Amino acid sequence: MTWTWFHRLGSPPYVYALAARLTPWFAWPAALLIIGGLWGGLVLAPPDYQQGDGFRIIYVHAPSAWMSLMVYTTMAVAAAVGLIWRIKVAHAVAASCAPIGASFTFAALVTGALWGQPMWGTYWEWDPRLTSELILLFLYLGYMGLRAGLEDTQRADRASAVLAVVGVVNVPIIHYSVTWWNSLHQAPSVMRLAKPTMAASMLVPLLMMLLGFTLFFAAVLLVRLRGEVLSRERSASWIREIVNA
Amino acid sequence: MGGYAAFVWPAYAVTLAAIVLNIVWARRSLARSREEARRRLATRGEGP
Repeated sequence: MTWTWFHRLGSPPYVYALAARLTPWFAWPAALLIIGGLWGGLVLAPPDYQQGDGFRIIYVHAPSAWMSLMVYTTMAVAAAVGLIWRIKVAHAVAASCAPIGASFTFAALVTGALWGQPMWGTYWEWDPRLTSELILLFLYLGYMGLRAGLEDTQRADRASAVLAVVGVVNVPIIHYSVTWWNSLHQAPSVMRLAKPTMAASMLVPLLMMLLGFTLFFAAVLLVRLRGEVLSRERSASWIREIVNA
Repeated sequence: MGGYAAFVWPAYAVTLAAIVLNIVWARRSLARSREEARRRLATRGEGP
């Protein structure tokens, strides 16, 4: 097996060009899936027999929560690759992930609160799932704050990578919190080993939204990554061709 | 929305805002990096 493709991913000019080429291939399917998922979730899916139309919040809450965990895991893996193999592009990927993950973690917390008030009678409870998700937001903010506080890029890369890798322990805690402890939050209905417990008319739009958000993350990450690579490769000669194009 | 409109629509609005802001921030970040690079090259006499 050849590892040429892996080594190429460590080359900033190659990654910059690849990111530019791939972005539309993620962005357009993401837009179509999200529009389709919204139509399915808001118009086609029937009201839930217990939660009525309030359950429709799931079509934005669950994808936001999924993004918060998936983006953090991506960030931690990229940070670990950067730490172990000292690949600058991997650190650029990790740095590009943080604002995306933080914004969707915030969205997951707000949409969860808006679901909680009519269903549980409260916007917020110091419940294991909610508290661990809030800690995830602080981890993202801490990661970004640490990067912003260190002027030297290499030091910022190393220090923030350690934080990202250590903080990834919170991801399984968030996911399993509803089964490990007594929680107000419902148990997993889609992300579980057994068959999902939702009816197909409700599940399909949710799966479309989950996939759409994932592709959206890939598209936005690639745009951010290009900016991050450009700002890191300030004196490289290939930058001249890009800027003058 | 069966009495849940006050909760459902703000939830969709917040998520839509997250999507739009991520697009705007990512594009701005790339544009800023390109502009910085262009300025730097111009200062060194290598620009267009």
